Amino acid sequence: MAVIVVGAGPAGTRAAARLVEAGLRPILLDEGSRQGGQIYRRQPENFTRPPAALYGSEAGKATALHRDFAALRPHIDYRPETLAWGARPGELLTLHGETATALRYDALILATGATDRVMPVPGWTLPGAYTLGAAQIALKAQACAIGRRPVFFGTGPLLYLVAWQYRKAGVEVAAVLDTSPFAARLRALPLLAARPGVLLAGLRYTAALLRAGVRVESGITPLAVEGEGGRVAAFRWRDRRGREQALATDAVGMGYGLRSETQLADLLKCRFAFDPVARQWLPELDAEGRSSVPGVYLAGDGALVRGADAAELAGRLAACALLRDAGHPVDPLETAHLRAGLRGMARFRRGLETAFPWPGAQAAALPDATIICRCEAVTAGDIRHAAAALDAPEVNRAKQLMRPGMGRCQGRVCGLAAAEVLAAARGVPVRAAGRLRGAAPVKPLPVATRMPEETP
Amino acid sequence: METAILPIGQARAAAPILPARDKGGGKGGVMAGLMHRVAERGRARLRLTVDGVEIEALEGDTLLTALLTATARLRESEFGDGARAGFCLMGACQDCWVWTEAGERLRACSTPAVAGLRLVTGAAPWP
Amino acid sequence: MTPEANRADVLIIGGGLMGAATAFFLRRHGLSAILIERDLVGQAATNASFGNIRRQGRFLPQLPLANRSRALWGQLGALLGEDAEFLASGHIRVAFEEAEAAKLEAYAAQARPYGLELEMIRGPAMRERFPFLSPAALMVSHSPQDGHANPRLAAPAFARAARRAGARVVERAPVLGITRDGVDFVVETRGAGSFRAPVVQVSAGAWGRAFARELGEDVPLTARSPQMGVTEPMPYRIPPVMGLASSRPGEGVYLRQVKRGNIVFGGGRRCPADLEGQRALLDPANTLRQLPFLAQLLPPMARLRVIRTWSGVEGYIGDDLPVMGASARLPGLFYAFGFCGHGFQLGPGVGASMADLIATGDAGVPLEPFSIARFAGGFPAAMAEGAHLE
Repeated sequence: MAVIVVGAGPAGTRAAARLVEAGLRPILLDEGSRQGGQIYRRQPENFTRPPAALYGSEAGKATALHRDFAALRPHIDYRPETLAWGARPGELLTLHGETATALRYDALILATGATDRVMPVPGWTLPGAYTLGAAQIALKAQACAIGRRPVFFGTGPLLYLVAWQYRKAGVEVAAVLDTSPFAARLRALPLLAARPGVLLAGLRYTAALLRAGVRVESGITPLAVEGEGGRVAAFRWRDRRGREQALATDAVGMGYGLRSETQLADLLKCRFAFDPVARQWLPELDAEGRSSVPGVYLAGDGALVRGADAAELAGRLAACALLRDAGHPVDPLETAHLRAGLRGMARFRRGLETAFPWPGAQAAALPDATIICRCEAVTAGDIRHAAAALDAPEVNRAKQLMRPGMGRCQGRVCGLAAAEVLAAARGVPVRAAGRLRGAAPVKPLPVATRMPEETP
Repeated sequence: METAILPIGQARAAAPILPARDKGGGKGGVMAGLMHRVAERGRARLRLTVDGVEIEALEGDTLLTALLTATARLRESEFGDGARAGFCLMGACQDCWVWTEAGERLRACSTPAVAGLRLVTGAAPWP
Repeated sequence: MTPEANRADVLIIGGGLMGAATAFFLRRHGLSAILIERDLVGQAATNASFGNIRRQGRFLPQLPLANRSRALWGQLGALLGEDAEFLASGHIRVAFEEAEAAKLEAYAAQARPYGLELEMIRGPAMRERFPFLSPAALMVSHSPQDGHANPRLAAPAFARAARRAGARVVERAPVLGITRDGVDFVVETRGAGSFRAPVVQVSAGAWGRAFARELGEDVPLTARSPQMGVTEPMPYRIPPVMGLASSRPGEGVYLRQVKRGNIVFGGGRRCPADLEGQRALLDPANTLRQLPFLAQLLPPMARLRVIRTWSGVEGYIGDDLPVMGASARLPGLFYAFGFCGHGFQLGPGVGASMADLIATGDAGVPLEPFSIARFAGGFPAAMAEGAHLE
């Protein structure tokens, strides 16, 4: 049986391991050059910092995943630096360098991970403005800070974690500015209590930042990243009392939780549904990770953002579902145990979305000149023009007419915000604005790509 | 516009060789980098060329790190809204593609820096 | 009962470029028109179009219509208040072999009496004029007044202009059936009720066959999905649309650089389309098959990256000509569908000619070769299966 797992983060690694336990030899595709995904991303081989310096309290989990992968490695067909960029019935098209390969499969587990969820703000395309994830990667994988005195803004646990990691690395953090009101966190406490350890860790980061004298505010509204000499020079925001504030800074890290990378599921024609908690369209899944397309399973943050611990469980669970569907014996107790573990994670996730909500409403207030689509330099005003004068009822139509989401990244950065701007302009709920349809290639494909005619 | 970026063809001898560890001061300095190293400074050094100016980087750097510890841009937006210097650092946003002088396209955040690479951040080598 | 607002002089079924342009030009004749579109205007074949405003290479008797349409493309700004990014930047067919060059020369001689002047350019003159061409190129056939436009914008622009001129545009209203009631046609939709008019035009693209059949006239139409793609943007250096002159299957790729810089491409093999699911199929392996020929046509393109591919549903008729003109069976019934993947250039001309035909009985250009009557005696089954496309 030919099984492909896409993504070698926590979900993909655990899925592949479970398949190997059942005697299969899956193909594991990963865009990265080293296994671990984004969360347990490894530093280059010639770096020397110990795991504790890289992963903090999660060092144990990171090293366990890396160690288990090393043991798994001889039993799988591992293909690093390989992008799955297209799909045909029963085949996945991959790219390694400039060589394409058509890989046949009987079943497929997509563990494609997530990227930062971003709400644009004027000036966010300036050099020196990065996602929170980027700020973390710079530090973790390159031992670099994005600036000497960065401002971090947005919302979600990553906001505090990254700020704390910077502080720990000796970087002066100018401010940590959260769009969520503090009261939302109190409201979410009963849900967040589903994972007391994680909740406590989050509180510790905040406390440590405050102890270090870092300016921490909640309930803010971002106004602009300001530039000078072609790079970030300041950040302006409105505080929770409505007063305008500004700080000089050479870098900003921004982000509002994560969004799933669902392009492959889309190309495989999986059915999507609007998730009102995440305010995103996500592939429809059953409790074990089965999509609407037989033989296609999803796990990890690429299916539903629940974090790394949940991803490990979901990866294993999706593999169990695949095995059972293919006629392999699977102990029902194992499945039940994994599902029970995920239930707590689901509750916690609802807590996080309550505590740190996506500020969709900000989209309505963005000035017309704000760039929404970075690739094509499409502004909020352009999208409003598509919505009103050109009568685009949903985002794909707006894209046809004014190009938001039409560039190199195919809307993975701006899609959610573009939908919010369109929905606000038309006075409809964001669900009605739809979602940008995926198209191959999932990432840019060299014109020089060649596919050697029959791949074995 | 960046005035600090020297055009291609600038005499190499005249161009300063920038230290991998820049000397404080933040913005304002000629070619002051966006990014700052906080650890792992003991790696082997390598040299590459950006817009005709030689820069020094460290083995294990991505192209993005190599460039942005020395300069403040990777590319120019095609639509006139200024310089870009990447955004996501994880190969998702596609905002960090740079050119080699020979016309090869590289995604800076996911390409390791290699000694001797000659990169351009301004006009694309195109007919 | 059909409400008064749902009655008009003409109902147009299908809001692609053909239907939208017809609605617009009908208003200029003072006729009331309702355009009924299943989805949104310009989503199927129009949206999948490459955007070629190309006359050279067309079936010669189609040139009067193509010439009329070309003139209208040049007037689009004045007619609609927007130009759908039309650029008369020229069109070249590039031959790499003498046999292909000879075919281009022969076509040029035949096209001249129709008023289409094509320049055959070789050697240093060709390289000076088109420096981006491959060193292996032998000859180009240059059509200086052709060019390209943005297919995503054209049909919506016509529909908005038609609406401003008083036409009704009903979107998201799939047609369930057409019946005859006395002198009127009655069109039932899902979601928007029923409509009634003495004249109906079917311009439903690949779905046109189902409507024609329902009205008693079958045509050998098969649905296909073209394979389109676009590269990242580069400085604007390639004004003309370029096509590779090759008669070998799969090699006939074409490309155009838009002013923003991206290079749009298409050609080569087409995929089957799913009419019921209303989904065009795109085979990424076909994109890979296009790439070497694109790099042959424009060598510097090899250093770029493809950032998006797409498709749409097109109707192909067995003899590679559209169905256009009056029904051979029912008075008041007109057709304009099945443009075989080369309808975009014709769009404005089709709208103007069909509106003339409906309003005055004279289309202004010869449409006889496209009459549905050519299939009245039946057709071989293979003709309706797209055999000629493979």
